[in-house]
Amino acid sequence: MLSLYLERFKRNRLAAAGLAIIVLLTLGAALAPALCPQDPTAQNLTQRLQGPSAQHWMGTDDLGRDVFSRLLTGTRVSLSVGFVAVGIALGVGTCLGLLAGFFGGRTDTFIMRWVDIMLSIPTLFLILAVLAFLGPNIYNVMIIIGLTSWPGLTRMVRGECLSVREREYVHAARLSGVSTPRLLFVHILPNVIAPILVSATLGVGGAILTESALSFLGLGVQPPMPSWGNILTIGKDYLHIAWWLSVFPACAILITVLAFNLLGEGLRDVLDPRT
Amino acid sequence: MFWTPEPDMLTIDHLTVEYYRRGKVIPAVRALSLSIAPGETLGLVGESGSGKSTVALAVLRLIPPQDGTIREGRILFQDQDLLRMDEEALRRVRGKNISMIFQDPFTALNPVMTIGEQMAEGPAAHGMVVSLEEALTHVQLDPGRVLKAYPHQLSGGQRQRVLIASAILTRPQLLLADEPTTALDVLVQKDILELLFSLQKELGMGVLLISHNLGLVARYTQRIAVMKDGEIVEQGAPKELFSHPRHAYTQELIGALPKLLYSRP
Repeated sequence: MLSLYLERFKRNRLAAAGLAIIVLLTLGAALAPALCPQDPTAQNLTQRLQGPSAQHWMGTDDLGRDVFSRLLTGTRVSLSVGFVAVGIALGVGTCLGLLAGFFGGRTDTFIMRWVDIMLSIPTLFLILAVLAFLGPNIYNVMIIIGLTSWPGLTRMVRGECLSVREREYVHAARLSGVSTPRLLFVHILPNVIAPILVSATLGVGGAILTESALSFLGLGVQPPMPSWGNILTIGKDYLHIAWWLSVFPACAILITVLAFNLLGEGLRDVLDPRT
Repeated sequence: MFWTPEPDMLTIDHLTVEYYRRGKVIPAVRALSLSIAPGETLGLVGESGSGKSTVALAVLRLIPPQDGTIREGRILFQDQDLLRMDEEALRRVRGKNISMIFQDPFTALNPVMTIGEQMAEGPAAHGMVVSLEEALTHVQLDPGRVLKAYPHQLSGGQRQRVLIASAILTRPQLLLADEPTTALDVLVQKDILELLFSLQKELGMGVLLISHNLGLVARYTQRIAVMKDGEIVEQGAPKELFSHPRHAYTQELIGALPKLLYSRP
């Protein structure tokens, strides 16, 4: 089974490229302090707004900080927000979806109406409001993105669980006296894991985008700590004289989100039994 | 000495089951009564939709509450009413004293667990220590290969053997077999049934054999109950049933059996 998936995955060039980019970014993020050519927060006012050069690969910003170093350090923010937020959404979404699908009845109605309510609120505005209230910092950003992105996942897990619940092996397991938690997490969950994996991967890309948007609006990571979004904020003020300040972080966001989407789509193709 | 009949092990008394379909209540089983003595095999025959599988699910109380409900009746197993047991007591009986073999060996095994892991679930849930190897050898499978295998690595007949082995692991007194061979080809069917009934003799289990195949049931059971639209229309020994079918539906069923064209001289 696994070897079949691996074989299919290898044949899917785009997904493999996506995975390669993600591995590269993760390594870059993990080793950022060692890899940075300059201190990402060190200001040098004699060197402000310099174009890309051998010394500053991606130029410098309005305070003379090295953009490449800031971008590399920002990778840590983006990836950790992406992974942690999706981790939270996965935990909440999967559990609620399993409960709704398995127990049905009132539990199902209650959870799914809650999902409907969550889906009817414009997420970005909710996040903005909550961050304005709690104060902007990276941990709040992770938690709030995670806590607003579970409803779609819940809906999907519920649907899968509804169909798996009716299979005979679930009846058989229940008949042999397997406890309900074990039935849910050992017998049903592994059978619905494929679509969860796909949507989690796509979700990381979405979470990174949201984080960038929040930092851009000044409600995410606070300067001087660099993030792709807040580099862009500075960039927009100097767009006419310092293109490198906007173009490089924008490309970073684009490539990263694209990589996660390619991997997600690839996983969908690989794990789908119909292909 | 007087001959005293053994008391019945399973007695179903006026069982009525209803299903909900699009807001309507549809009776699936109507005031059905039957009984099985220890060591006896009762065949339950009927067309699809006649409610025969529902009887098995009702005995195990496995009808999903959102799909239907047991309206009334009693199901006495060893003098205890299964319908009035609490979940905890039910769990001690279910899967231990009463086992079931499901219809489709292709869906009755979890595709992401090895055979060994799945077989161990039942005994573990009842705190029993049993030998999986012994049970597999019993059904003529090679434990060394099968225990570590995933379901998709086994053939249909092998999977059904695995299901039988799991069902008898806890030495149940009652075995419910819901179309145990329908998904298999004819020669494998015969092997599986012969295996099943040799195990029955060995363990002295009562068996409820559910099938739409009257010919097959007649061959292996002592008593047959014919079901139609949720009711038992006729009951009796296979010979009686075949020679003097009283109900029109039974006659129809017998008439539908393929005749032997070439009989031996």
